[in-house]
This record gives sequence, C-alpha cells and structure tokens, in this order.
Amino acid sequence: MTSSTETVSTQDIIDYATRLGDDAIVIGHRLSEWVSKAPFIEEDVAIGNVSLDFLGHARMYYTYAAEVSNKQNGTDDVTEDTFAYLRDERQFQNHLLHELHKGDFAYTTARQLLVDVYNKYFLEQLEKSNDATLAAIAMKASKESKYHCRRSKDWTLRLGDGTSESHERMQVALNDIWGYTHELFELDELEQRLVDAGVAVDCTTLKADWLKEVTAIIEEATLTVPDQDWAVRGGRQGYHTEHLGHLLTEMQFVHRSFPGAKW
Amino acid sequence: MQVIPTKNPIQFEREQFRRNSKYPELWDCLDQVKDPEIPALSLWDIGILKDIKRQGNQASVTITPTYSGCPAMDAISEDVTIAFKALGIEKTVIITELSPPWTTDWMTDKGRNQLRDYGIAPPNDVVGDHEQPLNSESQVLCPQCGSADTKLLSEFGSTACKALFQCNSCHESFDLFKHI
Repeated sequence: MTSSTETVSTQDIIDYATRLGDDAIVIGHRLSEWVSKAPFIEEDVAIGNVSLDFLGHARMYYTYAAEVSNKQNGTDDVTEDTFAYLRDERQFQNHLLHELHKGDFAYTTARQLLVDVYNKYFLEQLEKSNDATLAAIAMKASKESKYHCRRSKDWTLRLGDGTSESHERMQVALNDIWGYTHELFELDELEQRLVDAGVAVDCTTLKADWLKEVTAIIEEATLTVPDQDWAVRGGRQGYHTEHLGHLLTEMQFVHRSFPGAKW
Repeated sequence: MQVIPTKNPIQFEREQFRRNSKYPELWDCLDQVKDPEIPALSLWDIGILKDIKRQGNQASVTITPTYSGCPAMDAISEDVTIAFKALGIEKTVIITELSPPWTTDWMTDKGRNQLRDYGIAPPNDVVGDHEQPLNSESQVLCPQCGSADTKLLSEFGSTACKALFQCNSCHESFDLFKHI
C-alpha cells in the first residue's frame, strides 16, 4: 500500500470497517451453529473458539466504525451493537460466501478453508494500511488466522483423503461454493477510493496467492479445484442470498425483542 | 564482553516500566485481580496489563486483550473497577489497546510457573522451538508428571488461548497455553 495525501472521507472509513465487521460476524455466527453438533467434542470446542475469534474481529471493526461515526455526527449513542443488531439484511455488506448455510460438515469445512486462506492474505495486507486502527486490528486478527488456516487444512485433508463418502461430500461442497469466491477479489467504487488512499486492501492482488495455496491443499486432499464459469456477486452492495435473513433473524432476535437488554 | 541475559528482555522492560510508575499502589492492587478463566494468573503475570494512570479519584487502566474474542474482557473490566473502589477510586476507565498485539512473551516467569502448578503447560514447555506451529508430532512437557511423551488432541482447547494434549505416561489430559 502506498501512502497518499488524499483526504479520506470519514463515511468511507465507517462503511469499510462495517463491511469487514459484517464478514466477520456473519461467518462467526455461522460457525457457532455447529456448537454441540460437531463430529466430536474436541472439534466442538475448536469450532466454538474459531467462531469466537471471528466475533472478536467483528467487535473490533464495529467498535471502530461506531467511534468514527460518533465523532463525525457529534453523537455518543452509536455502539458496536448498533451495527450488529439494528441493521437489516440489505444494510449488511458481507461477502456472500460467508453467509451461505452451514450445510453438512464437509460444506462448512470447504467454505472455511476458502475463507481462512483468504483472510490470512487479506489481513497481511491490511496490517500495512495507513489507517492505524485498521492496521492494529489486522495485526491482532492475523495471528489468529494462522491457527484457523491450519485447522481448515487439516480437516480438508482428512475429509478429502478420507472415505469415499467424505471425499464425495467435499467435492460436491467445493463445486457448490466455488462460484461465490469471485467477489472476494473485486473492488467497488468505495473500496477503490480507499485503496487509492492507502487505507483499504487491494483485494484484486490477493487472488494469485490465494488460488495457489487453496489449489495445493485441495489437490493434496485428492480433490479437484472446480473449473466452472459461474459467479454470484452482490454482497458488498447488500444483495444477499436467502440465507442471510434467517441468520439475522436468529442473531438479532433477543436484542430487538428486549431493546437495550443487558446481562 | 558478552552479556548473558538471565532475564527475558521483554519482561525486563515491563518490570522497569512498572517500577518507574508513579502509582505503585495501583499496580500492587491489581496483582489481586486474576484472569477469570485462569484464576491462577494475575493480569500482570499474564501480561495484558500495560499501563495505569490516576487523576484524583479517577483512574485509567490500559489492557491488551489476549484473543480478540476473549469473553473474559468484560469480567476483567468489572473486577478492576471493584478493586480500585477499595482505594477510593470512583471511576475507572478501561482502555483497550490493540497494538502492539499481545504475545505470550509478555507472560512473567512467575506466571509461567503458576500456570504449570495450576495444571496448564506454559507456552515454553513445548519440546523444541515453541514458536513453531503445533502439529501431530508436537510434544509438550506434561504439567502433572513432567513426561515429554505426550500427544496433541486438538489445537483448540477449553478456551481460544489453549490447545488440548494428553500425556502417554500418566494418561492425564491437559491444556497447553499456546504461543502467540
């Protein structure tokens, strides 16, 4: 990332931090759906921990967005919860890959591999952001994402190179999910402005490394990288699959039913 | 002349910072505040306590979280506030500092020993280079019996900061506080 003297609009920073928070909270919530249903108890604990890490990332991004928002508008009532609980589906701007249903364990594993490897490269770049808070969040999150990558790789190898049943399920999952990965590497106008200002990650540059690493893992797991030409996009513009609404309904229920509840 | 450090330079720096503080009584007070998930360790010994400042009956405490999703943070804020109330500090502000990110290198030697006594292997009890990622071959000294004949059960233990091992000698399972 290059430094720039261009002034950055605070609204852009709020929106960008919110997007990154959306990615993290949606995948974190999705993973939490496995708690008490994972293949065995150690994995139950592991998946809960990974979920919690993502929830922590979301809290950091949202808290930052709230801080900047309060400063910009002279308010003090915007908090992390405002972003997590009081926005509707169309206001969430997470990548679609993150919101897809949990599916079977192979489906969750395949998606998590693609997300974790992406995150590793993404956070490495965000550490160089000239927005000090985003860089600090990335440094914190980056350490955790290395553990996530190893867990996803281990499971991909175990299931892909496992029984014919687990192999088949992993391949079906990869084929079903692959078309959702393309938007991870695209920039819209907002992100392009922030890339030019040295704040956001130019995610178009991450694809080569990401593809190389996931290809190596997929092939080691005796699976095949899908060769398909379909792509679904729209998450960053607030156009979602049917899955997000259901997730938000569950996640936001308590807060919306009992506004301001604390415990 | 070559100087052989007997103390980890990071810990030395932390101790010096604490010694130079104008509020030693506040640091001492927080030695009683333990990590709610690992009650063997104080905030200082686990290495998350960065700074304390006082102005009259108000204080600010800077803390660097261990893992970003660590649910203990809210409880820690409350415990610190309560501990300071006893010293006549009415308002305590907790400042969360993310950068530089917390590392297990900040854990004190005393903290490491307490962790081991408590039944959790400290990060440096990994045989070989403890900074390397864990794998199925990784061995950790069992905090119960000291044997190195152990096996990794899961890279994620009872909390995000720990991994789960089992000792082949005494057959106890135990947690390792992971290097990060």
